[in-house]
Amino acid sequence: MALLDKYAALGAQYAQVEAQGANPFNVTFEAMISATEGRYRGKPVLLLGTNNYLGLTYDPEVVEAALAATRAEGTGTTGSRIANGSYGGHKGLETELAAFYGRKHGMVFTTGYQANLGMLSVLAGKDDHLILDADSHASIYDGAKLGTAQVTRFRHNSPEDLDARLRRLDGTPGEKVIVVEGIYSMLGDTAPLKEFAEVKRKWGAYLVVDEAHSLGVLGATGRGLAEAAGVEGDVDFIVGTFSKSLAGVGGFCVSDIEGFDVLRVATRPYMFTASLPPGVIAATRAALAALRARPELRARLNENAVRLYNGLARLGFALGPEPNPVVSAIMPSPEVAFAFWARLLEAGLYTNVSLPPATPKGLALLRSSVSAAHGAAQIDQAIGMFEAVGREMGIIGADAPIAG
Amino acid sequence: MSDNDAELKTVIFETLRAALTKPAELSEATHIVDDLGLDSVAVMDFVMEIEDRLDLSVPLDKIAEIQTLGDLLTVLRGLKAGA
Repeated sequence: MALLDKYAALGAQYAQVEAQGANPFNVTFEAMISATEGRYRGKPVLLLGTNNYLGLTYDPEVVEAALAATRAEGTGTTGSRIANGSYGGHKGLETELAAFYGRKHGMVFTTGYQANLGMLSVLAGKDDHLILDADSHASIYDGAKLGTAQVTRFRHNSPEDLDARLRRLDGTPGEKVIVVEGIYSMLGDTAPLKEFAEVKRKWGAYLVVDEAHSLGVLGATGRGLAEAAGVEGDVDFIVGTFSKSLAGVGGFCVSDIEGFDVLRVATRPYMFTASLPPGVIAATRAALAALRARPELRARLNENAVRLYNGLARLGFALGPEPNPVVSAIMPSPEVAFAFWARLLEAGLYTNVSLPPATPKGLALLRSSVSAAHGAAQIDQAIGMFEAVGREMGIIGADAPIAG
Repeated sequence: MSDNDAELKTVIFETLRAALTKPAELSEATHIVDDLGLDSVAVMDFVMEIEDRLDLSVPLDKIAEIQTLGDLLTVLRGLKAGA
């Protein structure tokens, strides 16, 4: 028995996809051209699967901030915040995030994944309870696993099931911590946060909201779903990422809770990893400033989201329940998803394939994400390619109306 | 076997039959992943149906230990006794 034999079945599946000549889990772009275009196998491709919501990856101010900080402070910090020291930029970004959210405290992590590992592993201790939405991201499940709390999951987006689980815990010692997301990354659906907040208040639980896909997307000032739903006062912790709307890499948590800073010497995913390099910190600060100063980016993003969602819906594609920057077409099987994805790429459109167990309910998804940087003509071009491939493969009817 | 056990077994088998796409021979020895081909999320979803019917919550670390339907029965029996 060889060491990796336990992955034989997974390896066989992967080899089968690879053998088809185009593997959605193994794409290397030859070049990036802009926030919406890359080059793949010698041809330009329109990027519709990058989570680059505000399109800030090539923003001149963001790029210049990264360059200036790198020249001034070097390429890396070569150490962790607690062992090797913070730079002014780390503290500055934490202060700016806290100010943006109107919170007392902010903490920056090296990735969004680590923000969830770091917070969920320590917020609930051995005698506490973590209650997760069933469709939570892998980083939420992994953070729960890294900690010592008792973990249960409730039916996706169901305040009734959350209520039932808190009722079952009534009288059980320990704090209860609920974890939900703003926009779910697979189907682009939002949480019923107002209802969750009511349940949270009823049982005296704490509420964590992961705004990874909703920061810069939802809310009057772009703070996310909690702002849009008017329940920021009920949310005890907001976690998020810099790698989507903020065009960099890293994660964060903001909160008003008393004693927050003790977590800096309690949470291992913060303590035992190198801190973000000066260039990334400076770029993220510039991107956050752009997010705040340029609400037109959010408006354009949401126009594009609605344009793509409505365009694909009109063609007869089965989509997630609401128009958001994540637009997923539900495919009849993984095989069809692979074939559809490969034909789109061949035609010059890059999307994503998402499969179970990463997806809910065993769905095979062809997932797109739009950007504020997309022009309306690019969205229409993408809809046209979906239409052509969809008709060719018989996924949508021949009598479906023309895109536009 | 107690009446309570018989009831738990009925709940498990009925819930599982409804969740499976094709009929399968079920016993306490049935291995949930190897014999029934459920992935990790499908197992958690199936346990969720049982949680609803029995009005109890099964912690994820307990679910992770479950390999056979007999294991599931043992876990549910323990949770019911503790409830």
